[in-house]
Amino acid sequence: MAWTRKILRVNLTTGTCETEPLNMEWAKKYLGQRGLGTKYLIEEIDPKVDPLSPDNKLIFATGPLTGTCASTAGRYSVITKGALTGAIACSNSGGYFGAELKFAGWDMIIFEGKAKRPVYLSIVDDKAELHSAKDLWGKSVWDTDAALKSIHQEPMMHVAAIGVAGEKGNMYACIVNDLHRAAGRSGVGTVMGSKNLKAVAVRGTQGVSVENFRAFMKATEAGKKTLQENAVTGEGLPAYGTQVLMNVINESGALPTRNFHDVQFESAHDISAEAMAEPRRSDGKPNLLANQACFSCTIACGRISKIDENHFTVVNKPEYWHASGGLEYEAAWALGAATGVKDLEALTYANFICNEQGYDPISFGSTLAAAMDMYEEGILTKKQTGGVELKFGSAEMLTQMAEMTGKCEGFGKQLALGSKRLCEKYGRAELSMSVKGQEFPAYDPRGIQGMGLAYATSNRGACHLRGYTVASEILGIPEKTDPLATDGKAGLVKAFQDATAAVDSAGLCVFTTFAWTLEDIAPQIDAACEGNWTPDTLLESGERIWNMERKFNLDAGFTGKDDSLPKRLLKDAAKTGPAKGLTSGLDKMLPEYYQVRGWNNKGVPTKETLNRLGV
Amino acid sequence: MQKTLVIDPGKCTGCKQCEMACSYVKEGTFNPSKSRIRVFDFHTEARFVPYTCTQCDDAWCQQACPVDAITTDPVSGVKQVHDNLCVGCKVCTIACPFGTINYNVSTGKVIKCDHCGGDPECVKACPTQAIVYSDAEQAGFDKMRQWAAKTDNAPQTTA
Repeated sequence: MAWTRKILRVNLTTGTCETEPLNMEWAKKYLGQRGLGTKYLIEEIDPKVDPLSPDNKLIFATGPLTGTCASTAGRYSVITKGALTGAIACSNSGGYFGAELKFAGWDMIIFEGKAKRPVYLSIVDDKAELHSAKDLWGKSVWDTDAALKSIHQEPMMHVAAIGVAGEKGNMYACIVNDLHRAAGRSGVGTVMGSKNLKAVAVRGTQGVSVENFRAFMKATEAGKKTLQENAVTGEGLPAYGTQVLMNVINESGALPTRNFHDVQFESAHDISAEAMAEPRRSDGKPNLLANQACFSCTIACGRISKIDENHFTVVNKPEYWHASGGLEYEAAWALGAATGVKDLEALTYANFICNEQGYDPISFGSTLAAAMDMYEEGILTKKQTGGVELKFGSAEMLTQMAEMTGKCEGFGKQLALGSKRLCEKYGRAELSMSVKGQEFPAYDPRGIQGMGLAYATSNRGACHLRGYTVASEILGIPEKTDPLATDGKAGLVKAFQDATAAVDSAGLCVFTTFAWTLEDIAPQIDAACEGNWTPDTLLESGERIWNMERKFNLDAGFTGKDDSLPKRLLKDAAKTGPAKGLTSGLDKMLPEYYQVRGWNNKGVPTKETLNRLGV
Repeated sequence: MQKTLVIDPGKCTGCKQCEMACSYVKEGTFNPSKSRIRVFDFHTEARFVPYTCTQCDDAWCQQACPVDAITTDPVSGVKQVHDNLCVGCKVCTIACPFGTINYNVSTGKVIKCDHCGGDPECVKACPTQAIVYSDAEQAGFDKMRQWAAKTDNAPQTTA
């Protein structure tokens, strides 16, 4: 129940698809999705494997609640060793694909090996087949989606695909499903491309059951009511999306601007949720057309936008005159504040291109910002950029670079390396605003101290979705802590990290935790799944998952030295806002964090800790 | 009083909670492909539209059925399929102009919306009130009201 108990193992080298039973012993310890997928990966690959070699594996995993009526229960994760980072990668996506995979009867797909020539996988219920992707290779995500529905004559098929970025080895390529939802970070799409796997197309008609329907309906109904009554999940997110944060974070002095030179963006309002909803000066219509929910989600934070047809980016391109996935906060920040660009339509266009060609807007915007930084310092010149002036604030340049990066052409080929490799190439490694090779998201650790520790210790490299202490430090959820203080942040970060690992592993969206605690979530999981799931067992499961991921990274060659932040955040104080004069107090938080984690002073989990958790 | 499902696509977010509720109550599992109500995603237009049987008064499906397996509930006016009579010939699915009666492979019968006997689950599951259950004779009331509000009958000021 809840789990379908079936795994699809696809060997791309031999071209075979086999069914095997889910390891239920592991399911009871690691739940599903992130936890269980990672357990499988770690058991099956050498941690030192080259992420782009055939020996790396790529796992699509759903959670036990995926495909049920629990709010937000439509998610899946892609787990692999990350191309961008070389660390454990687990990228989570919404849309409808995850639920469809479950309806077809599968908990998980494990891809291994490498196809000789491009292929795609089709799944219609029990039937899984590999097909030649000769005619799809070179196509965008959007064209691939349309082509597969047409080839299979299945308009209700859901497709997860890579675009040209993933094919050509952009190091932060995504896997995009349902046109604009993405397993976005760490280069999971790059790994998919390295295996010559273009897409997975799924149609499922078998349904999902749960252990105790009566208890499940009761628990999920209570959960939905809590989401509806909460100001963030019931009002803020549906109305404004995650973009509700733009002005809030800017006022908190934690909106990283121009490659973290500044912590406030003077044009933040121009790229905010409020601006998306206002009629444009140019044509009197708003950028935002509607909000969209992912499968089963009663929050509906997704944005659907349409670019002004007369905007320079699309004036001669009617193929972009339609509605599609609009700006989320992280993308708006990376494409906007990080690069100093304030043209909302240009950001929306760049975001469309990221979805169309399948690459991560966070890493792209941050890498471009780092390149701009080097250009303004004179390290990069027009000679290297192919004649392009990489100046902060240029919308024309941003959109041109987005197009070139999508196709890995010209200077876009260098931007596709990611900021760490790009900055190292030009001898300025410290200008890459990243941890473990992955670019930061939209919160400055000088203005939100807990996030500095969360970034430094995130198992997949800098990330906001591994321990979102912004909830506590800025929004006061579940209780308010001082964003400028370092005291108590070690425990806070650990608590967020462990709880998030459990939420991710269930198949739920972490945005529910603006309203839900594990007290709300546990009854839903407990009713759906066999076993005894309480807030305590979930938290323990989350901690187990965290330590398992950590151990993989250590075995892969990472050390405590990699739990660090770029020099700029440790040495250059914030120039304005509430955090003025502050740097990140990582050095004060990290030793305490190791302690509360039960790790030694080098950041290695002690034997007692691993034994206690059964890792 | 006859009641009807009044659908406002402008409020729909595409979450498919209605499909989940419908398939759960009718099939005992969460299975949108067996739902009697379906949400359509017109992606490029940013529109989501829930669609289901409108319970025609003089129903094509009922007229077409060769074994009289579809009857009209005298009180609610709802058209019901009787599984004990349905032979799965699918002629009704051809006759229905709206595509809202469909064949269910696992039972060999056709399925359609029956308002859950007067307490539709989709209505209760919809988080945005895009589907409401109201007086069949007043289904257009909200739309009339919206247009009425636009009627300019404000007293004219005279110089």
